[in-house]
Amino acid sequence: MSTLDVLVFAARALRGHRLRTGLSLLGVAIGVAAVVTLTALGEGARRYVLAQFASVGTNMVAVLPGKTETTGAMPGFGGVPHDLTLDDALAVARGVREVDKLAPMVVGTETVAFGERRRQVALMGATHEALEVRRLGIAHGRFLPPLAWDRGAPVAVLGARLAQELFPGNDPLGQVVRVGDWRMRVIGVLEPLGQQLGLDMDDVVIVPVATAMKMLNRAGLFRLLIQVRTHADLERAKQAVVRLITERHGEEDVTVITQDAVISAFSSILGALTMALGGIAAVSLAVAGVGIMNVMLVSVSERTREVGLLKALGAGRRQILAAFLTEAILISSAGGLLGLALGWVAVEVLVAIYPALPASPPLWAVAAAFSLSVGTGAVFGVLPARRATRLDPVAALAGR
Amino acid sequence: MIRLDAISRSYDVGGEAVHALVDVTEVIESGEYLAIMGPSGSGKSTLLHVLGCLDRPDRGRYELDGREVGILDEAELTLVRRHTIGFVFQFFHLVPRLSACENVELPMVFAGIPAAERRARALARLTAVGLEPRAQHRPDQLSGGERQRVALARATVLEPKLLLADEPTGNLDTTSGRHVLEILEQMNAKGLTLIVVTHDPAVARRARRVLVLKDGRVVYRGSGSRIHEAVELLSAAENGS
Repeated sequence: MSTLDVLVFAARALRGHRLRTGLSLLGVAIGVAAVVTLTALGEGARRYVLAQFASVGTNMVAVLPGKTETTGAMPGFGGVPHDLTLDDALAVARGVREVDKLAPMVVGTETVAFGERRRQVALMGATHEALEVRRLGIAHGRFLPPLAWDRGAPVAVLGARLAQELFPGNDPLGQVVRVGDWRMRVIGVLEPLGQQLGLDMDDVVIVPVATAMKMLNRAGLFRLLIQVRTHADLERAKQAVVRLITERHGEEDVTVITQDAVISAFSSILGALTMALGGIAAVSLAVAGVGIMNVMLVSVSERTREVGLLKALGAGRRQILAAFLTEAILISSAGGLLGLALGWVAVEVLVAIYPALPASPPLWAVAAAFSLSVGTGAVFGVLPARRATRLDPVAALAGR
Repeated sequence: MIRLDAISRSYDVGGEAVHALVDVTEVIESGEYLAIMGPSGSGKSTLLHVLGCLDRPDRGRYELDGREVGILDEAELTLVRRHTIGFVFQFFHLVPRLSACENVELPMVFAGIPAAERRARALARLTAVGLEPRAQHRPDQLSGGERQRVALARATVLEPKLLLADEPTGNLDTTSGRHVLEILEQMNAKGLTLIVVTHDPAVARRARRVLVLKDGRVVYRGSGSRIHEAVELLSAAENGS
């Protein structure tokens, strides 16, 4: 009995029970579609987050005040970390030769008002260098002027939405807004940037870092963002920054993270999330497998006489096993293909609804979902097929 | 040639042993036309199943063409059924989703014969039983007599040496039954060994030899022409019981 004969025989048997076959096929299809859709969502989230990091540059080192570590000191006896100051920033910019651009930053919240219109937004203290380091874009006017970092200036750059809200239909350039108690002249408007690293860059006001520190009454910086010259300089720059700050503070009290490390951590976390989502969805495939087994057991039971006849006609155990097992595998394979198609449609709909989410199922998930669906048929089809082969031909012919 | 030597077969029914065949010893020559009669439960069908290698005797020796069948394993018995024995059943046992031609092809599918050859041989068999125009019809589109002729074509398409027919006319009208018997006899005339289980004396009368079974034992052997003796014996047995 050739493979083609087995396939044709099995397919003809399935066609005899279209509704039953269709329903159990649908069970597999839903399972596969669930795997494809959920892994596409997980992968979409991973890509989205990575794109967010990539949007602020990949040759990036961030210096944060404080050190994440466990020490043996009694609570209260450990030293309070030193502030990360503008002097530290200047020392790094001058003393670490791998540094290409450096942007000291402070972040807080402040109310921005123009006339009767006011809006509470994120206040970002930055320098001229932030334009390049944070990959910002200017829609109108200009960014912060290249001042000495410790010099303030009453100028502000508005995020796109903030500008729209405060100056609907009017040009904000040259206008004076109140940022907290400070009067600042608008010198530029950012192009729409959306969310960047959790900060809505469309609802932000950017002022010189020294001014922001006074506004927020801060002595220390939120962080230093350093753009190194080449990707290969990242590790050297990191070590040099730690060495220099440790020298200045008398202890290692800063945390230096590279963009690579952050991306890698997020990528592995979200990759694990994707796999977990796929695994949860795969449970539905197991349920579909039980459905196939049930359908095949009913089929064997209904076709007892046929099995007896096949044995009388000289069909061997292997041939009968192959015929029934192929039926189960055909159901699961067809269900798998249908599931891939349904999953594809679901992902397309998702992308149409949320264009920002680059949802796309990873290839491994598509391959695994389809293989698993075929395997489900093979595994759950064995028991009914073996039952068919073990039927006593005399009893089977009598329908017992 | 078939040689049965003290064949016995019993079943356990509800914890009680039912002796379906008891020490049946018989020689059936190649090309013979044998009818097996007997009341219900006499062991006719069990004997047919043992002869067809669908069932194994508990005791005794069964030789088919000089080969002891009792010692063959399942795979070897499958080959014997496939190449040596053909079956015809009272209720036809056609696969309902397959056409007449595909039903006839079925044994050749399991024998691994290529599709084109299968089709040609199946059509030739259907032509031989007068059903070539109905080759593409499904069983539910055929009359009872036509279905049995399809079953006959299927049983003989691999040219077995032995054809076992279990009440082949039992579900047919007189005309269809006679037509089926004529075909069977034509095949027998060409050398096929034909064993027919029947209740019908009119069918048994056409056989060269008749066996009558009662309670699993052979109680009568005679020629088909002396069927009245067998019928009287059966009547007496039924009245006696």
